[in-house]
Amino acid sequence: MLSLTSDTGTPWHKAPAGAKLLALLVISVLAFWLSTPAQALAFLGLVTALYLPGGAAFLRQGARLLKPVLPFVVIILAWHWFTGAVAAGIVIVARLVALVALANLVTMTTRLQDMLDRVDDALALLRLPVRWRRRLALSVALVIRFTPVLVQKGTALGQAWRARSVRRPGWRLVLPFALVALDDAERVAEALRARSGDL
Amino acid sequence: MERNITLIALFAALIAALGLVPKFDLASGVPITAQSMGVMLAGTILGARRGALAVLLVLFLVALGLPLLAGGRGGLGVFAGPTVGFLIGWPVAAFVTGWLAGAWRGGAPVLMTAIAAFIGGVIVLYAFGIVGFSLIAGKTLLESTAIMWVFVPGDIVKAVLTGFITEGVLRARPGLARG
Repeated sequence: MLSLTSDTGTPWHKAPAGAKLLALLVISVLAFWLSTPAQALAFLGLVTALYLPGGAAFLRQGARLLKPVLPFVVIILAWHWFTGAVAAGIVIVARLVALVALANLVTMTTRLQDMLDRVDDALALLRLPVRWRRRLALSVALVIRFTPVLVQKGTALGQAWRARSVRRPGWRLVLPFALVALDDAERVAEALRARSGDL
Repeated sequence: MERNITLIALFAALIAALGLVPKFDLASGVPITAQSMGVMLAGTILGARRGALAVLLVLFLVALGLPLLAGGRGGLGVFAGPTVGFLIGWPVAAFVTGWLAGAWRGGAPVLMTAIAAFIGGVIVLYAFGIVGFSLIAGKTLLESTAIMWVFVPGDIVKAVLTGFITEGVLRARPGLARG
């Protein structure tokens, strides 16, 4: 399963996951006090600088992860251009891009296992029953295992459609696709019941 | 209990897969993926509680850093972005859709399920999405509604399709509706 964690080593990879998450939370809250374009752009510059130790490839991966935000940047800036409040628009956009980039940086430099361990710590701290934590761990493992399997089965369904029809496959494929997932769920449940203790 | 866990987990995987399989465009040329329909289907097929849990599981894994959202998006960044309201609204949308669909199952199945999906997956979801956008982007609720309006027609189509697909699934696997 593909993960968003970057293979390019940076000093941030060595920082403990919990510290990174806490810093992200605190900075995200504080960032809403930025009020002038100069402040917001300086914040954006600072976040960009955090990417630099990773080199060009790391920076490119970070930029790729920002792409979904781009349409909103254009919309918000255009809106503020028309209403004549460009300065406010720059503050909003710079803060938005910086915060998304900062959150992405934490994701890119933290391994999935470390994230999971911190979540487990948090759940233990909340005194959730061990049984609940085991169920969560099992669910996480199942999704990670079965998403690629279902993507493969969905692709096969699409190919089967194309082999038989000149029309493009559309929403009709969702019905058999859902049945594939539900039937897999029944089979996995049976296997678990047969092999595992009480969940 | 095993069955509940596997149904929730496999449906979460289905929601992820619906956003990742490139061939599942709903209409040719229109770039709307079937992923948000997966959220409505989670409610109508699994029921309110299990449906909401399946959606929560997807969001949990996205937050941990897996690229499970449509087009391979994921990570903590999506929760800082302008569409975070929609993500927070997803489990609520699945719950409301599932709850209404379950309560109305006695009537005309396709129509009532589609209406349930419309109320949960469009009205409730956009309430969250619009408030989220207005907070992140610094717009008034009215301005945010104007910007988000363009996505509504596609989601209404998905609500109608949810009605048909749910009817087909429950007819093929009648055991599901009983829980």
